[in-house]
Amino acid sequence: MPELIAVAMSGGVDSSTVAALLKREGRNVAGLTMQLWNQRRLPELATGETTGRCCSLDDVYDARRVAEHIGMPYYVVNLERHFEESVIQPFVSEYLAGRTPIPCTLCNTFIKFDRFLTLADSVGAGTIATGHYARVTRDPDTGRWQMRTAVDFSKDQTYFLWGLTQAQLARTLFPLGELTKTEVRALAEDFNLPVAKKAESYEICFVPNGDYAGFMDAYLREQGSEQGGGRAGTAGEIRHEDGRTLGRHAGAHRFTVGQRKGLGVAAPEPLYVIATDPKTQTVTVGPNDALLRATLIARDINWLSWEGLAAPARAHVRIRNRHVPAPATLYPLAGGRVEVRFDEPQRAITPGQGAVFYSSDLVAGGGWIV
Amino acid sequence: MQHVYFDHNATAPVAPEVLRSFTGAVAEVYGNASSIHHFGQSARQRLEAARRQVAARIGCAAQEIVFTSGGTESDNLAIFGVARRRLASGSCHVITSAIEHPAVLNACARLEREGAAVTYLPVGADGMVSPDEVRAAVRPSTALITIMHANNETGTLQPAAEIGAVARGAGVLFHCDAVQTAGRIPLQVADLGADLLSVSGHKFGAPKGIGALYVRKGVALDPVLYGGHHERDRRAGTENVPGAVALGTAASLGFDWSATAPLRDRLERGILERVPLAHVNGSARHRLPNTANIRFDGIEGEAMVIALDLRGYAVSSGSACSSGAVEPSHVLLALGLRPEQARSSVRFSLGPGNTAEQVDGLIAAVVESVAHLRRISTAFSGERVVAHA
Repeated sequence: MPELIAVAMSGGVDSSTVAALLKREGRNVAGLTMQLWNQRRLPELATGETTGRCCSLDDVYDARRVAEHIGMPYYVVNLERHFEESVIQPFVSEYLAGRTPIPCTLCNTFIKFDRFLTLADSVGAGTIATGHYARVTRDPDTGRWQMRTAVDFSKDQTYFLWGLTQAQLARTLFPLGELTKTEVRALAEDFNLPVAKKAESYEICFVPNGDYAGFMDAYLREQGSEQGGGRAGTAGEIRHEDGRTLGRHAGAHRFTVGQRKGLGVAAPEPLYVIATDPKTQTVTVGPNDALLRATLIARDINWLSWEGLAAPARAHVRIRNRHVPAPATLYPLAGGRVEVRFDEPQRAITPGQGAVFYSSDLVAGGGWIV
Repeated sequence: MQHVYFDHNATAPVAPEVLRSFTGAVAEVYGNASSIHHFGQSARQRLEAARRQVAARIGCAAQEIVFTSGGTESDNLAIFGVARRRLASGSCHVITSAIEHPAVLNACARLEREGAAVTYLPVGADGMVSPDEVRAAVRPSTALITIMHANNETGTLQPAAEIGAVARGAGVLFHCDAVQTAGRIPLQVADLGADLLSVSGHKFGAPKGIGALYVRKGVALDPVLYGGHHERDRRAGTENVPGAVALGTAASLGFDWSATAPLRDRLERGILERVPLAHVNGSARHRLPNTANIRFDGIEGEAMVIALDLRGYAVSSGSACSSGAVEPSHVLLALGLRPEQARSSVRFSLGPGNTAEQVDGLIAAVVESVAHLRRISTAFSGERVVAHA
């Protein structure tokens, strides 16, 4: 029996195509779906429409059908406990601390490429494969594992993958990194996969309809926290950067840097959220230009293709998922931090998001924006 | 790859004789047992013959058997049938235990929302309900005591006869969920003092979708399903004649699963001798002959189930939720296990078809899996490079 590969199955087109591709190559594959979050847990958020959100029964049904179609064993494993500890709780506390966290990076780092690798190893699979759009290569001279952007840059997911370690990269396959989405769809059709025409989901998987404030309120209420439900204690002022008080709001965690809609204040010019202060619950707003910043500091840096940063170096830096990486110089700081000085100021640099460093198609490393 | 089955408490294969009677009935007996014509009469005859076979197996009169769709429906009919009738005329209290099957626990939770009071008795580390605690829990409003005969996860046999005596003494009805014992080991309703007893076909050689509830003569039940006058107004719906025929055949075969005990003991001894830090959950003495529930410190039972399946051995861990993922067992938690201990437990349940050779193969696979899983859990702890706030 050839070595077993565990395919992380979401029930979507991408991971299903990965499984079919590997099977066609004659690899020995098993499908595993991670049950991360119980959609029935916060009933007030129920929308009746659960397809395309993580761990919905419909997605598990689809993944099971694909596994049957391909002819591989398939299992659902319960990682709800780990997901809550490693993703939900940090997500909520980051938001309450006035930052805008990215649960997908936490999930990739701690669940998909830590728990899942352990799990794969447990069941006898030394290698895993996922449907991410990214590439892994190896430096022939140093032997260092490298991550590269996907050939289809419009689908590139390396922004969420900067937390991977060398040990994790060594055991991971991203078969879609060399393909375009169109090619993947065509392959899915060729394989006759039952999910070939399934729509994609872009939302944060456990947050229905993109309403994370609603999710947090419901979660905090369930946990018996005083901060839930927009009660007294989270209300505060909406203040213009010039010092004027424009109004009040029900909780600073409901606002994100760069946000324009839903401020609830009238003004002659368009206003954007520039900062939120969780201590005073003040939300500062201002004109678009006030969002421009030329520098940022990133902490907890993880180096992927680069081994580290001994001296200032040039790179392109991405500060949110669909942001076009902007030219900048990286300066090493003490304590595993990096200062990023952009050539041109960037709009809405948001604490809590990731800053990912690119050198041509190599993902050099990344960190969390302070 | 050869796949070997060690999960008979989940469900058991259909016995060949049962299959013959079942397919024969499906092909030949298509009349509605409630019809007055020849075809109906022929179906009715098969149905009543099957009822006598089931009754004979558990020592009751044929009229005391109500055919149902299975264990869950039997449990629901017993619990709601008694409790709702009582609720209609006053207050109602039900006594059950923390280790019951969800068919009982969730029915009781529903009853609470309908206004009944429910006492959930704890169990000791041996997994047994104490008859004294049952006696102490009885109130003037107690209408029903519902305690299982053997637990599906640990196999622990409950002191059902003593609980039946407590119920009789207090003038309270006793329902016994005997899904894991009826048809497998000798069982007489009179010995247990049961007024109501649930039977499931697919646990002992009949197909899924057929079961029975024993209702002692004189016990009045409200129906759960409303419809025609089937089953003496206790269970509406056109009778599942082929299912009943199969259940009757399985009951008449007189399987005695006590014969699996030597193999179960061989399995358990083999594992305990060769795997360090392995422990039996629940009473080792008062136990179904086919069941071993073993805890392997430091491993995830869920991963072990998958690893063993990929080696061709079907076992189980916890109970599956709607997606198929595994939840920590409420039964093992009730025995006083910590959540991580509950998650590190695996259930092996044998059946009449298992052989010593299969058992020896399983022992070897378990030894290797546990060693591998323990190597990983130490190798991987602490590999956290990216920190977060």
